[in-house]
Amino acid sequence: MINKLWSFLIIVASVFLIIKGKADVLNSQILSSGKVTLDLVVQIFPIISLWLGIMNIAKQSGLLNKASNFIFPILHKLFPEIPKGHESLGLISSNIIANTFGLGNAATPFGLKAMEELQSLNKNKEVASRSMITFLVINTCSITLVPTTIISLRMMHDSTDPTSIVLPCLVVSSLSLIVGLIIDRIFAGRSR
Amino acid sequence: MRLIKFISSLFIPFLVLVVIIYGICKKINVYDSFVEGAKEGLPMVVSMFPSLLAMILGINIFTNSGIIDYIFMFLKPLFILIKVPLEILPVAVMRPLSGSFGLALLNEMYNTYGPDSFLSNLTSVIQGSSDTTIYIITLYFGTIGIKKIKYALWVGLLADLVMVIIALIVVPLFF
Repeated sequence: MINKLWSFLIIVASVFLIIKGKADVLNSQILSSGKVTLDLVVQIFPIISLWLGIMNIAKQSGLLNKASNFIFPILHKLFPEIPKGHESLGLISSNIIANTFGLGNAATPFGLKAMEELQSLNKNKEVASRSMITFLVINTCSITLVPTTIISLRMMHDSTDPTSIVLPCLVVSSLSLIVGLIIDRIFAGRSR
Repeated sequence: MRLIKFISSLFIPFLVLVVIIYGICKKINVYDSFVEGAKEGLPMVVSMFPSLLAMILGINIFTNSGIIDYIFMFLKPLFILIKVPLEILPVAVMRPLSGSFGLALLNEMYNTYGPDSFLSNLTSVIQGSSDTTIYIITLYFGTIGIKKIKYALWVGLLADLVMVIIALIVVPLFF
């Protein structure tokens, strides 16, 4: 699927640009994507290391396990395949909490580590498991209490009430998360 | 609102403190433990690079080609038919592909219509209620080496579409 999407994006846009005689734009976009990726990775690298360090303390002291057991009854309904006391549960909840508070750069390392833990439960390492896809849906439909970037953009433009979008955002993202999880369930049932 | 911001700003320091104090109580060498955990950062970043590079290459070419303007021209009659404001289309379509591109479009919209207009509010909610689906799929599945993503992309994009529809229904109730 990603394979088709990727080829589609590149082929359609390239042909379009060549027909319009803008091969120079195409050239610079192809060559600059390496730098764009590197910038992104360089930005994300120290934050990931930092949180992996903190998380390792929580793991070795047993705090992560405790948190997992505490959150287990709730998450078990969404992730029936994850056994009780598994570390991924604590990481999944940390990821959700960080996302909710608009701390995207703390949420990503937790999410990545949670995915790694889910991979350890996965029977076929090349195929996405059901839990992984459910976790992905929770992330893409992320419920955000404070959409920080949009609020600051509104402030920059002298909005009379920069935070007026907070409540509608919360309502819309909660509803879409519920629908997203239902869609996920339907697909999971069909693929079995 | 202020309370939420306050809690949000305390979240990180609180988490770090609790983890370290709990570790000390359990007689863990917290310093060594931190260093050991942080070591995993580099291999993780190295394993995410190739799939990110691939996706950014595709998204970069596509978003900067100007082709989306043409695609929207074809979609225009359909949108007028179902009475959906055409202006939200670029953000709604580009949101799953690129977060920064959506933000740039939002910025343009604030310039044109003002930040408190209905259109700006609607677009802000669409931008704020979702995340960059394609990027998240690439990042998470690429890093752990998943090759077959099964129905993940469909669920993600379908949920994004539902989000736009919900926003079209809900936002008029607020503004």
